[in-house]
This record gives sequence, C-alpha cells and structure tokens, in this order.
Amino acid sequence: MRRIAVSVLAFALLASAPAHAVQPDEIMQDPAKEARARNLSKELRCMVCQNQSIDDSDAPLARDLRILVRERLATGESDKQVLDFLVARYGEFVLLRPRLEWHTLLLWLLTPLVLIGGAFALWWHNRRRNERSNAESVTTLTADEEARIERLLGAQDKPN
Amino acid sequence: MIAEAGHYALILALALALIQSTVPMVGAQLRDTALMNVARSTALAQFLFCGLSFLALTALYVASDFSVANVFQNSHSAKPLLYKITGVWGNHEGSMLLWVAILAFFGALVATFGNNLPLSLRAHVLAVQGWIAAAFYVFILATSNPFLRMAQAPLEGRDLNPVLQDIGLAVHPPMLYLGYVGFSISFSFAVAALIEGRIDAAWARWVRPWTLVAWIFLTLGIAMGSYWAYYELGWGGWWFWDPVENASLMPWLSGTALLHSAIVMEKRNALKVWTVLLAILTFSLSLLGTFLVRSGVLTSVHAFATDPSRGVFILVILCLFIGGSLTLYLWRASSLKQGGLFAPISREGALVLNNLFLTTACATVFVGTLYPLALEMLTGDKISVGAPFFNLTFGPLFVPLLLAVPFGPMLAWKRGDIRGVAQRLLAAGIAALLTIALVWAWTTGGAALAPLAIGLAVFVILGAITDIAERIMLFRQPFATSLRRAVGLPRAAWGTSFAHAGLGVALIGIVCETTWNTEFIGTLKPNDVAKLAGYELTLKEITQRQGPNYRESIARFRITQNGDEIGEMVPSKRNFSARQTATTEAALLSRGASQLYISLGDDTTTGAVAVRMYHKPLVLMIWWGPVLMALGGVLSLSDRRLRVGAPKPAKASRALQAAE
Repeated sequence: MRRIAVSVLAFALLASAPAHAVQPDEIMQDPAKEARARNLSKELRCMVCQNQSIDDSDAPLARDLRILVRERLATGESDKQVLDFLVARYGEFVLLRPRLEWHTLLLWLLTPLVLIGGAFALWWHNRRRNERSNAESVTTLTADEEARIERLLGAQDKPN
Repeated sequence: MIAEAGHYALILALALALIQSTVPMVGAQLRDTALMNVARSTALAQFLFCGLSFLALTALYVASDFSVANVFQNSHSAKPLLYKITGVWGNHEGSMLLWVAILAFFGALVATFGNNLPLSLRAHVLAVQGWIAAAFYVFILATSNPFLRMAQAPLEGRDLNPVLQDIGLAVHPPMLYLGYVGFSISFSFAVAALIEGRIDAAWARWVRPWTLVAWIFLTLGIAMGSYWAYYELGWGGWWFWDPVENASLMPWLSGTALLHSAIVMEKRNALKVWTVLLAILTFSLSLLGTFLVRSGVLTSVHAFATDPSRGVFILVILCLFIGGSLTLYLWRASSLKQGGLFAPISREGALVLNNLFLTTACATVFVGTLYPLALEMLTGDKISVGAPFFNLTFGPLFVPLLLAVPFGPMLAWKRGDIRGVAQRLLAAGIAALLTIALVWAWTTGGAALAPLAIGLAVFVILGAITDIAERIMLFRQPFATSLRRAVGLPRAAWGTSFAHAGLGVALIGIVCETTWNTEFIGTLKPNDVAKLAGYELTLKEITQRQGPNYRESIARFRITQNGDEIGEMVPSKRNFSARQTATTEAALLSRGASQLYISLGDDTTTGAVAVRMYHKPLVLMIWWGPVLMALGGVLSLSDRRLRVGAPKPAKASRALQAAE
C-alpha cells in the first residue's frame, strides 16, 4: 500500500523540476532563527503535495513557502505571527496540526473520549459483574481444589 | 491467448467462489456432510484458477506483451526481469489480482489444514471466505480487468514508475497483503461463530495461529515499507503519517489487540464477545485501507468524484461486509455466553488494558485519517492532519501502555499480585532510571523528553528479559537447571519476550533518530570535505553511467573518521528515459545501528553538486524492533500448543475404541 504513497509522492515531486528540500542557498545566517524556521517548516503543509511538510518537499511551492517563512522570521516576527500570516494567506489547510476550533473539536477530543469512555465502560462492566456474582454467591474453591483443577487442566494441555 | 486464458481462469474462479459461498451454507443448514465438504474442494479449485490467472498475467509481463493495456502502461522491454515480475503488482489492476490470489491462498490453507475443525465451522468459514472472494472477483472483472487487449499493440511500453523499480516492490506489497488478507481468516471465523451462535476456547485456539500469521506478515510488511521509503525517497524520513501508511497501521493496531484478547479467550474463556468484535473490526480496517488506497479518495475528493466507478464499487463492498458483519454481531453477540471471571489486577486485566490503549490508538489514527475527508465532504472546509497532530495524540498513548507491558506477562491469571511483580521488576526499573540519568547527563541541554523515552524503552526491554529470567529461575537455581528450564519453556513465552523487547528496541531507534539526527546541506565540488558527527566525507568525483533503462550521475564519497578510512559511499541520481523522470538513489553506510545517509540534489554550477547528508544515530533499531516482534510471532507460532491445535474429536474417539 505504501508504494502507492511512494508513487504519488514521487509524481508530486518529480512532475516538477527536481529540486531538493531545504537547499543550501535558503539557510539563514542566524542558527537560532534557522532552527525556528526548520521547526515551523515541519508544521506547514506543502499544498501541492500529498501529505508532505514543506520541510520534506522538493516542490517549487514548498521552496517558496520556506523562503517566505524565513523572510518573515528575518523581520523579527514571532512563530505565531508567521503561522497567522500563512493561515490568512493560504487557509487552515496549510497547517499540519489543525487548531482547536469548533469544527476540529471531535478530531482533537476523540482520543481522550475513547480512552475515558473505554475505561469507564470497563469499570462499570466489572462492577456489574461483581454485583451479579455476589448475588449468586458463588462458593469459592479452596486452594487445594484450585491446585487440583490446575493439574487436571495442565494434563489436558499436554499432547495426547 | 495467454491473456484470454488468464481472464477465463478468473471468471472460473468467480464461479467457484459463488458455489463456495452458497452450497456449504445450505449443507450446514441441512447437516449434509457432502454439501458441507463442497467448501473444501471449491476453495482448493478456486485457488488453482486464481493462481493460474495470476501466473498468466506474470507471463504476459515477462514476455512484454504490449498488446495487453496493463502491460503496456506499466512495463518496458528493457526492464530487468525482476522488475518485470514485480511490475505485475506495481499497478492497480495487478495489485488487486494479487489481493484475491492471496485471499484464495488463505482459503486453500484453511481447506488443507482445517481437518481438525468441526465440519460445519469449516463450511461456514470457507463460505464467508467465498463471499469476500466473489465480491472482489466481480470488482476486478467489472472495473479493473488486467487482461484487456488493445486494438493496436504498441512497440514499446511506458515503463514502470522508476521509484517502484526496486527490490522493495518485490517484498513489501506481497507481505502487506499477506497481512491484510490474512485477517480475513479471523473475520471469517468470527462471522462463522456468529452464524453458528457458538464459540468456545477451542475457537480461539484455531483463530490465534491465523491471526498470528497475518500479524507477522503485516508487521514485517509495514517495517519493510518504512525502510523502503527511508532509502528510496531521499530525505531520510521513515514514517510520514500518510493516509496510506495509516491505512496499514490501523489493522496492525487492532490486529495486535486481537492477538492479545484471543489469548484471554483461549486460556480463560473470557472476552468472547469483544474478541469476535475485534476480529470483525480488524478485517474491516483492512478493507477500509483497500478502499482508501484504491478509490483515489485520498489524492483528492474530486478525483474520486470524477471517476467514481472503482471507488463506489469498493465502497459498496465495504458497506456490505462491514455493515453486514456488524449487524450480525449486534443480532447474535448476546447468544455468546460469557465466562471466566477475573480481578482487575490480573493477567486478563493487563490484556484488557492493552486492548483499551491499542483500540484508542487505532481510533486516533482512524479519526486523523478520515476527519479531513469527512469535513471536506460535509462543509467544504479543508484541513490537514499530519505528523504534528499524531505526535501529540498518538504518541502519549504509548507511554502508559509501554509502562504496563513488563507487568502484563508476569501477573498471574485471575488475580495478580502487582506488588510482587513490581518487586521482581525492581532491577529493571532501577536500570531504567540510571539510563535516564546517564542520557540526561550525556546530552545536557538537549530535549528533556528523549532521556525519559529511552529510559522507558530500557524498562520494556529489561522487563521482557526479567520475565524470562524469572521463569527459568536464573541465578536462583544452578545454571544447568536454568538452562534446562529455558529449553523447556513454552515457545509462546519466548515469543512474548521477543515481541515486547522489540517494542523497546524500536522506541530507542525512534527517539534517537528524531532527537539527535544531524545533517549537512550544502554544495560540494570534487575534493571538498564535509564534516558530520565526527566523520569527514570527501567528494572524490562525479561521473556519468548508462544503466539498462536509465542514465545516472554518480558521486563517489570517501568517508574517514579521525583520518582513518572507513568506507566509500556512492549516491546517484537516475534519469529514466521512458517516463522522463528521475530518482535519487541514496547511499547508506551503517556503523553499528547508526547510519550515514547521503542523497544528491541538482548539479548546480558545472562540476558541483548539491548534497544532503545525515547522520542518523541508532536508526536501524527502528526496523530491528519490528523484526524482533515478528520473530517473537514466529516463535509463538511454533509453540507446540498451537501446532497440535485444538482437541481432535476423531482421534479421541479412535483412542476410546482402542481402549475397549
């Protein structure tokens, strides 16, 4: 299945003139700002590619965006200002990590909901079952009886 | 002639699948042995004809018969033989044919090795397999026929996409499909159990080896695909949270959960209803993966809308099977009796916890993959969900899960003693804390999370070793006794340990690669030296070479460390004439588990070349981990208990007769 990704990605980047993600001439003088630029690049989507960040992509558009990010950083903007600028220009599609808003609420909350819901269901199930088994007041086996059952089961498990 | 024969064989396979899907069901209703046995012969014959059809397409590719449209579009006469063969599944039609061929193969396996199954169960299982097969045969014949001829045969083919001309294509898709499709067996067993309304520990014992086989292949297939992307795509990434990857990760997560819940069912006769649901969900996710990749819905919702025939077809199959099986589940699940009580702190409890986290992880991947599609269809808003989202939501789930992993196998069934287990894991815990301190001290000022994650990984690995050490009473008994116990230990116990240790190994690789990856990006002329992570990389020369169906420019690097030569790396860039496309062939040099990675960019000015170089510390552990997990699976599969299988009624009665 991955090969389809491979082929689609390859098409996306090879159809355009082969260039390289983060080219030598793009790198900023200030290493701290360059590091910030790289981190931002990983959060931004190359919009003509399939699911690639502009940090990974070879497409010309990705290069333009990388340079744009660096230009804005060079003027002293904060990371958030750069992202806001790009979202205003290209829409929320450019963010690889969607912001928590009404229309992404389910996306962000599903994981904790499933986890908490699952844990609650297990707790409830366990409690109900305990109540039921208490009501039936099952006589428990003595240690000897249990050992004997284990032995018998063990013998059955052995081949033939 | 061969094409027509292959086409005809496929139609025959469809006819056989239709018989297989109906007659045994009727037989099971009427309790007619002969009718139920039809399942076995049709499954074998169906595999025969489907296999013939697949061989026919392979023969067409090997012979470069360009009168067949599919061969014309995806092959080239100058292509090496290996890629002619692998090209068979390097396209939509061929890969669907591989899909059904593997499905038929699994059906034939059940027919051959299912002699110890109750007759009606086997009939039902094979009938359900027949439904799936029939649906996909119809799909292929109606929308994706690989045997279509062209009126005028061109002289030369269009060649296979160059990125796919790699050994990876020979191994990765078949492995992945063996995994995907292998889960159809557990699905068929689950549906058969629902139809019969009867399920017991023996059922889990039959299902477990099949699930395990599928899981082993899926694990290796995903790891293989990840490594392929790592070296082929040229920027050293190994996991992209691409929807296509997610499509294979979802069945893996739920398949792993299934593997664990089936243990509870087999040993303790509990979690029946849940296990059946997981078996259904796992294959449903495999089908969903097939839909996502095959319908084109991922590339763009609009691509799906413009040519919806294939997509709609798979969507219908998807809805029929998932909807049908879940309806059946809702209707019949209550008839499955629950058994086996256990306390929350127990082996069963630990396995339930494992299921909770794996299912949540699976749900996270599911929502992350499908939410953008759903949102765009419903509101037209376009959002992207990529790696940063999954790192925030999926990653943290694994922290509690991995913390619990060493505890699970050491807890007793029914009621466990968590303090006792904690005491036995004390050494592993202390070692993990020491590791955290050491890594922290060694990488001052680095990422704070990395040492913690490595400590967690060490805890998981040492926990797996502790489990084995405890079982063989290492250091508490004479060494000879321990050795004897080690030999006598059930293979499944070894399997558990290997698989769990594999998790830790992979985690170390992932953390090291993402945290301490260093890179050099620059333009080099011959005799320029680049310094990276204590290595000096000298560009010796740039040359041109003619390959079978491409031209390539090759850069030769000499690698030295402190003046000592340790090797040569030869990355290249290939231009394929038939498709006017280029690929980068990255060069890799392994030093222990770490790798140096060079990929070439454009030739800039004359004689200079743009390069990207990486030092990736312990990167190979990312793939050693899954290999260890798969090895654990194989060990577990070779366990006597699974090979001997469930109690055989026929043999038992014979033994009774002998006793008389």
